[in-house]
Amino acid sequence: MPTFGAGKGVTSSSKSVFHLWQGFSIGAVVIGGFVCLLILYAVLRYRRKGDNIPTQSQYHLPLEILYTVVPILVVFGLFAATVVVENKELANPKTNVIVDVNAFQWGWKFSYPGTSTVVVGQTTADPTMVIPVNTDVHINLTSTDVIHGFYVKEFNFSRYALPGVLNQFTIRAVSLGTFQGQCTQLCGLYHSLMVFKVKVVSMSDYTAWLASNANPAAAQASQTATQQQTSTHVKSKSTASNGVN
Amino acid sequence: MTDVVNPPATAPAEDHAHDEHHGPTGILKWMTTTDHKIIGLSYTVTSVLMLVIGGLFAEIIRGQLASPNSSLVSLAQYNELFTMHGSVMIYLFAGPFAFGGLANIIVPIQIGAPDMAFPRLNALSYWLYLTGAITMLLGFFTAGGAANFGWVAYAPLSNSINTPGAGADLWIGGLLLTGFSAIFTGVNLTATIFYLRAPGMTMFRMPIFTWNMLVTGILILLAFPVLTAGLVMLYCDRHFGTHIYSVAGGGVPVLWQHIFWFWGHPEVYILALPFFGMVTEIIAVFSRKPVFGYKGMVFATLSIAALSLGVWAHHMFTTGVVLLPFFSIMSLLIAVPTGIKIFNWIGTMWRGEVWFSTAMLMALGFLVTFLVGGLTGIYLASPPLDFFTHDTYFVVAHFHSVVMALVLGGMGGLYYWGPKITGYLLNERIGKIQFWFLFIGTQVFTVPQYILGLLGMPRRIAVYPNNPQWKALNDWSSLGAALIGISTILFVINVIVSWKKYPAGDNPWDAQTLEWFTTSPPPHHNFYRLPQIRSERPTWDYNHPEHKSLAHGQHDTAVHADEVKVP
Repeated sequence: MPTFGAGKGVTSSSKSVFHLWQGFSIGAVVIGGFVCLLILYAVLRYRRKGDNIPTQSQYHLPLEILYTVVPILVVFGLFAATVVVENKELANPKTNVIVDVNAFQWGWKFSYPGTSTVVVGQTTADPTMVIPVNTDVHINLTSTDVIHGFYVKEFNFSRYALPGVLNQFTIRAVSLGTFQGQCTQLCGLYHSLMVFKVKVVSMSDYTAWLASNANPAAAQASQTATQQQTSTHVKSKSTASNGVN
Repeated sequence: MTDVVNPPATAPAEDHAHDEHHGPTGILKWMTTTDHKIIGLSYTVTSVLMLVIGGLFAEIIRGQLASPNSSLVSLAQYNELFTMHGSVMIYLFAGPFAFGGLANIIVPIQIGAPDMAFPRLNALSYWLYLTGAITMLLGFFTAGGAANFGWVAYAPLSNSINTPGAGADLWIGGLLLTGFSAIFTGVNLTATIFYLRAPGMTMFRMPIFTWNMLVTGILILLAFPVLTAGLVMLYCDRHFGTHIYSVAGGGVPVLWQHIFWFWGHPEVYILALPFFGMVTEIIAVFSRKPVFGYKGMVFATLSIAALSLGVWAHHMFTTGVVLLPFFSIMSLLIAVPTGIKIFNWIGTMWRGEVWFSTAMLMALGFLVTFLVGGLTGIYLASPPLDFFTHDTYFVVAHFHSVVMALVLGGMGGLYYWGPKITGYLLNERIGKIQFWFLFIGTQVFTVPQYILGLLGMPRRIAVYPNNPQWKALNDWSSLGAALIGISTILFVINVIVSWKKYPAGDNPWDAQTLEWFTTSPPPHHNFYRLPQIRSERPTWDYNHPEHKSLAHGQHDTAVHADEVKVP
């Protein structure tokens, strides 16, 4: 089946999103193609040939009902598929691997609660978020200043980092590799440069990486910062991240 | 045929003398006029000028993106450019062109009215709009430059800490002024259509363009005051120490998005419905048939308007704080009435006599381009697919397909109604060349952007990594933008070349609605006399009494039988 320009991605839900994409695309190509053919036929077959006045027919009720009812059915089909994928994608299974992602002007901070590992980088030095493969990774997404967008193309997913809101979602990478991530929501002067990387490694490599990057001082600072955020900023837990209510 | 009115011959001389009555002339006439045709023309000219200015910004943006890590403009200038490109096109071109320009001129004539219901309010609308436009653009001349937070001005980026400077304030002020101008025009259109229809012009005998403008007027009244309120609160946050959108003071930044899009999504249809109306008229006239499924068309417009008030949060799926399924199904459902419209347009052409005038070509270009924009919009109504493509070039391509369709439709409107306003036709040959540049340019411009979005290019970035694939696609897109630019130049050339050259006559297209019954341009109060209004096509009925619209199942023979009975 054609990909229609999209990719399977590298997470368990990015595949479902890809299949949903294919489904929508088939619908779009079939319906769009049919309509284009109708337009093409109409303008070629009925192009003006003389000064005739054609029959002034204005209504055809059965036909009008048909092209009202069929689209409604198509829409409900698309909606059903949407809800299935959405519920899967936004499910938050319990997991031990947690990453606190904090976006700021103009960079990213990835801290790993329960450890002292913190990765910070901005504009010129892209930070890397390291996560283990085949493991649910719970992301707590926050912002310190303006709205940013957490987007990794290979995840087929993005989410806003909102000041004052804790956004949570779970990703489960299924292949190893390093992937590009970028801020997608305009956040000021250096928006174009707010890039990061995601590195998916094996569980043992991940544990080793965590240990080798332990940084007690930074962790303490981050802990304090997180506490401050919790007390002043975090007001509501994301409703959508609980899945469909 | 009984009760035939006098033919719409040129008016007696004394009536013409009445035209010139007791008023100032020249620039003073322009500044003091309350004539809807002159105000509408001012609106049209000003908004087309805005199209050119916004287009110029777009060409610079495309120049910057033609190569990775380009330094044609600085990061700061780039942010100003796309902010003002979006703002000029949405706030100062598309809406004012449609409901301030063409609708202002055409709606009163289409319903047989002498003017708008509130002519002086109409003049106030125009002057507010012009003032607002100048105010917004003056931002470029301030020390900090023009507004640079995107045309959506998301809080808290738009607060006084993140975006200090007068450019942002001028943007807010300019938008408040044009917002009021839109509200007053909405009041005027609604009142005019409800109260000033000629005898016989029942609601279901109003042309589709008038119907769409009525619904647009109502949507303006529902949506624009919300934006105004939101802007006032934003201004208070910036200058009077309130914390409505700031977390630090207990405010909620996402509130701005709710308010903005509660205006912003109806606004999409406030922009689109007038152009749907123009295209409907054009397709019917150049197929020499009535609008197919006229009543269905009206109900489709009404349901688009109703649904459009409940879909705003589909712009906010990735915020994580909105109820996804509700906004998803509401957004998907808009595809249904929109689909009805598309099928009705095809039905209108079906078994017609399709005349490929420039106006019709533009309308067909609209149809195809809008189909692409509409279908990609369905993807974005599905939250998982929106998460995937949100704020990437896929979205940029989607709404540029839609708005470029509107530009095509609007150009069709100018070619179609221009002769009525000026009395002179535009050159058809140049018009057709312009069409092909515009149509092909639009596709070359948007299609690579869809692919770029899927490849992961975010919107609003001034520089991108040196990736040959991205560069190639961006180059194609920039080429498309250049073709569109050429089409705009061709239009200007056409206006100059055709200046007072091809007299149009009253009804050059054998059109159907009331505005084609009067002279081109119409006299001071539009009509010397009116035909009988017994359908939504009074002019057609008058010119072709033997070719009335047929209901389903009725055939030509039935009409002929009728005719035999009537002596």
